[in-house]
Amino acid sequence: MDALFTERATILAAFWMTLRLTAVSALGSLVLGTVLSGMRVSPLPVLRTASQVYVTVARNTPLTLVLLFTSLGVGANLGVEFSAQISVNNYWLAVLGLTAYTSAFVCEALRAGINTVPVGQAEAARAVGLGFGQTLGFVVLPQAFRAVIPPLGSILIALTKNTTVALVAGVAEASVRMREMIEIYGDQVIQIFLGFAAGFLVLCLPTGLLFGWLSRRLAVAR
Amino acid sequence: MTKVMSATHQRAVPSTDLVVLDKVNKHYGPLHVLKDIDLAVRRGEVVVLIGPSGSGKSTLCRAINRLETIDSGSISVDGTALPTEGRQLARLRAEVGMVFQGFNLFAHKTVLDNVTLAPVKVLKQNRRAAEQRAHELLDRVGIGSQAHKYPAQLSGGQQQRVAIARALAMDPKVILFDEPTSALDPEMVNEVLDVMTALARDGMTMVVVTHEMGFARRAADRVVFMADGQIVEENTPHEFFDNPRSERAQAFLAKILTH
Ligand SMILES: Nc1ncnc2c1ncn2[C@@H]1O[C@H](COP(=O)(O)OP(=O)(O)O)[C@@H](O)[C@H]1O
Ligand SMILES: [Mg+2]
Repeated sequence: MDALFTERATILAAFWMTLRLTAVSALGSLVLGTVLSGMRVSPLPVLRTASQVYVTVARNTPLTLVLLFTSLGVGANLGVEFSAQISVNNYWLAVLGLTAYTSAFVCEALRAGINTVPVGQAEAARAVGLGFGQTLGFVVLPQAFRAVIPPLGSILIALTKNTTVALVAGVAEASVRMREMIEIYGDQVIQIFLGFAAGFLVLCLPTGLLFGWLSRRLAVAR
Repeated sequence: MTKVMSATHQRAVPSTDLVVLDKVNKHYGPLHVLKDIDLAVRRGEVVVLIGPSGSGKSTLCRAINRLETIDSGSISVDGTALPTEGRQLARLRAEVGMVFQGFNLFAHKTVLDNVTLAPVKVLKQNRRAAEQRAHELLDRVGIGSQAHKYPAQLSGGQQQRVAIARALAMDPKVILFDEPTSALDPEMVNEVLDVMTALARDGMTMVVVTHEMGFARRAADRVVFMADGQIVEENTPHEFFDNPRSERAQAFLAKILTH
């Protein structure tokens, strides 16, 4: 246990990075995923196709490839720069990759949610004069979200764990710190593993509980 | 002032026909569901659409606010042909109320929010004013005390009355009712029909798909009988129910009278 205790400051800093990656990417994925699901049910065929192509590509590409693409392709090759400071730049490139990947799953979950909303809801909305965007935004999506809170929770848990792949984009999150520590404290490998696993448990467990509670609280009675 | 005056003078005399369907045809694949439908509904008129199941009554009703598209012919509301899509269509729908068989209240919103949503978002009414009006309308349909409940907490009859209040909140030129009492338990039918009868008395233009003969006799100006996608017969309620002329109507009435 010595290593975990001695290094507690650097470990917490690393988990803080994990948390930041998770929170910002989750927010980004929620926004992009919602837009993608809206495009998917839009009356314009070109938007529907664009969304479908995007989701298919993003869902079927390994996350490591997506993150390498954002850090090497978007970052190094295309020269997109979020900040002059390299660690900050890597952080944002990782957020970009995680968001691009996760939003596809959010879109699919929401699409399933949209399918649970009876057609009559959208018809009633159109009948009182709401346009497509208003019908989606005020009537269909609020009900769709409530129907898919548990799968959204699973996606968030997966995202939390997926942030460990950000190491390929050069972001020093928890798993990077764990590797470094294993190299230094070779005699305490098991303890270090268990310690970091417990750290992820602490992050993910409340997510599951919170989403379960939200789902019960916000359920739409029909 | 002069501008207003001259505008008033120049305005064409409003046609008495509010909803006009002209040679409307509609197919579902090979099924010809509306066949050359000609129908004009006058301002303030209450038209009851009646006919066997599958004769196209719902389709006709839904075509009037373009929840269903039509293949040929034309439909106009207050002199304006139905726009095909987008903003104009939404604007037209705001002027045409609709009450569904299954109520279709917004399940995640309270009764009050159901009624104020469109006035606030579509007509851009101030929320306070919209809520005040909503409370008046809810009182009028007899559910003033339920404003903060969710639809699932209300009985079917109460939900349908909220749906009527929701339609009324838009000050529609006409309200379409598609079998508004068919999904209700028998003891709740009258509370909804009473609200509709009162609306008819107040001069609302209404197109009502219903088999409620008592309502038709009490409130309708005209009964339109449909069968197989065609208008077979139209008459005053009393003439229609007492002396149906077509065989189809006679057979249909014999069935619903002896059930
Ligand atoms: N969405 C649809 N797709 C295919 N056929 C339909 C659809 N809606 C209605 N129909 C058919 O069109 C005919 C007319 O239906 P409808 O207008 O609902 O009749 P009504 O309201 O008089 O019972 C029926 O034969 C029905 O099965
Ligand atoms: Mg019907």
